[in-house]
Amino acid sequence: MNNLVVLPMVIPVLAGILFVFFRYQITLQRWISFIVMVGNIGIAAYLLYLNQIEGIQRIDFSGWKPPFGISFVADSFSLILVLITSLVAAICLVYAFSSIGEEREKMYFYSFVNFLVAGVNGSFLTGDLFNLYVCFEIMLLASYVLIALGGEKAQLRESIKYVLINVLSSWFFLVAIAYLYGSVGTLSMAHISERIAEVGQTPLLTVISIVFLTVFALKAGLLLYFWLPGSYSIAPTAVAALFGALLTKVGIYAMFRVFTLFFYHDHSITHTFITVLAALTLIGGSIGAVAYKDIRLIVTYNVVIAVGFILVGLAVATPEALEGSIYYLMHDMIVKALLFLIAGTMIAVTGTTRIDEMSGLIRNYPLLGWMFFIVMLSLAGIPPLSGFIGKVLVGQGAIEAESYILLALAFISSIFVLYSLLRVFLQCFWGETIISSEDEVPMKKGWIIPCAILTIATIVLGLGAEIIFPYVSDAANTLLNPSDYIDAVLTQD
Amino acid sequence: MQQNNLILRTTTTLIAFLLLGFAIYLFFAGHNSPGGGFVGGLMTSGAVLLLYMAYGIESVDKMLPINFRILIPIGLATALATGAGSFLFNVPFLTHTFGYFYFPIFGEVELATAMLFDLGVYFTVVGSVMTTILTIANDQKV
Repeated sequence: MNNLVVLPMVIPVLAGILFVFFRYQITLQRWISFIVMVGNIGIAAYLLYLNQIEGIQRIDFSGWKPPFGISFVADSFSLILVLITSLVAAICLVYAFSSIGEEREKMYFYSFVNFLVAGVNGSFLTGDLFNLYVCFEIMLLASYVLIALGGEKAQLRESIKYVLINVLSSWFFLVAIAYLYGSVGTLSMAHISERIAEVGQTPLLTVISIVFLTVFALKAGLLLYFWLPGSYSIAPTAVAALFGALLTKVGIYAMFRVFTLFFYHDHSITHTFITVLAALTLIGGSIGAVAYKDIRLIVTYNVVIAVGFILVGLAVATPEALEGSIYYLMHDMIVKALLFLIAGTMIAVTGTTRIDEMSGLIRNYPLLGWMFFIVMLSLAGIPPLSGFIGKVLVGQGAIEAESYILLALAFISSIFVLYSLLRVFLQCFWGETIISSEDEVPMKKGWIIPCAILTIATIVLGLGAEIIFPYVSDAANTLLNPSDYIDAVLTQD
Repeated sequence: MQQNNLILRTTTTLIAFLLLGFAIYLFFAGHNSPGGGFVGGLMTSGAVLLLYMAYGIESVDKMLPINFRILIPIGLATALATGAGSFLFNVPFLTHTFGYFYFPIFGEVELATAMLFDLGVYFTVVGSVMTTILTIANDQKV
């Protein structure tokens, strides 16, 4: 028993509830929500440390032993993601302080950000399939509000699509859970895994696994990403950064859990599906990223490419590839938040979203320009930065599994990422300066500091790979050996 | 046009109290028979809603000066506090306990902390249902 495990979800919920009472005390809300996120970083880091010494941490709610009660299970994979989530959320909050506007802040903005983070953390930590569904809904309900908050025309249009598609996918999720519960008769993840291993993965269970794949593909934007560019590009910058960094990653996390813990017996069907989906996502995302001249759409299609890339690791499922995917997932959460924040800042200072209407920003905002340059290199996977190790490991895994087409697609997509962002860089930052120094919108400290922290984070994540690697390798190890997870949950202590 | 809805108002005074009583019965029955915080809260909202329909928004606002919106966080905080209260006793999150107490009229009664959690659900349901309906009903500007 370790009550600490539940805190990354409980503290944000508590903060979110408190903010309703202090609706107009905005400074208080800002400080408390920032402190909550920083506190969560500390808790996740401490649990990660405990994980190395004592093994997987778990708490059974109400003291009901699994499989009869709901448990929160904190293995390295979950904790790494909780840690990065808290970090990204803290930084996006700092950006929101100076960009979101008092109107939105008074309409419970910070409450909903806290609920969103609570839902994301809950999804990462839970050890129960239905509880995962509930945490998904907490996250999604908060995201519905955040996407529509402000009530602009474009926001309302896109939020209707976003809500519709997510209601549909949640319904599919519920149906999939019902089928699975009907076949194996349990909802605790560890117990499901054990039961499936006992009966072997029958064709019925494989069909259920495909329904799960559809659900999480809708949530993560794996091939079924048609809703994603529209809804991610109209939210306010800080919100879009939170979405881009967190929401699709929860779908990816769920896919990793489900296909390494439950349905790992029949690779020839499930993993072929994932392979094809990942390949098509890489192609579609790459085409989207180079097709548009709207900077927000270029950035959102980069999210799609990253989803495809991370799923390549799951598709080949060798130890190296999984380590690479986990590493790339960490990197991608940080870098996508940074990319969204920089793109939003560029839009804020130029007043336009089209890249052919921006030019020569490097003279006005040199720091912003060079940070964009770094994030571009990091996303493309240039060695000292954080994108490199993930890509190398995924590539290594793909070679080992002899899936050369996937390997080729994954690395060609890196070129497309580089090309799409280099185009933005050349078009917007180089060239003739069209903003004269009188018309220059002053760069607020609250815009530049969050970007700087994230830039430092991506450099540290790249250079400090040696320090981070034990945790990543432990996470991949747990994913590859479901028995570790099952033992940690089902052992009665 | 001034409508004379005497029959509606007279029956409402009676029925609303019956409904409220039944709602409270449902709320307390939840542990051992069908009922609980959710349906109790819905039934309470139904009773209050009937008052609103019979007497109009202004007069009920005078009768029941409650800001229903604030009930949501109160309910959520109650539910969360009963869950988090377990931290103080160093037992897992959401652990509940119960005890037998003697009351003058009712005799020996079993009281469980799960009831407090249900009270949180009750407040949240009443708050959110009433907020939703009153927000839509009041939406006459624009």
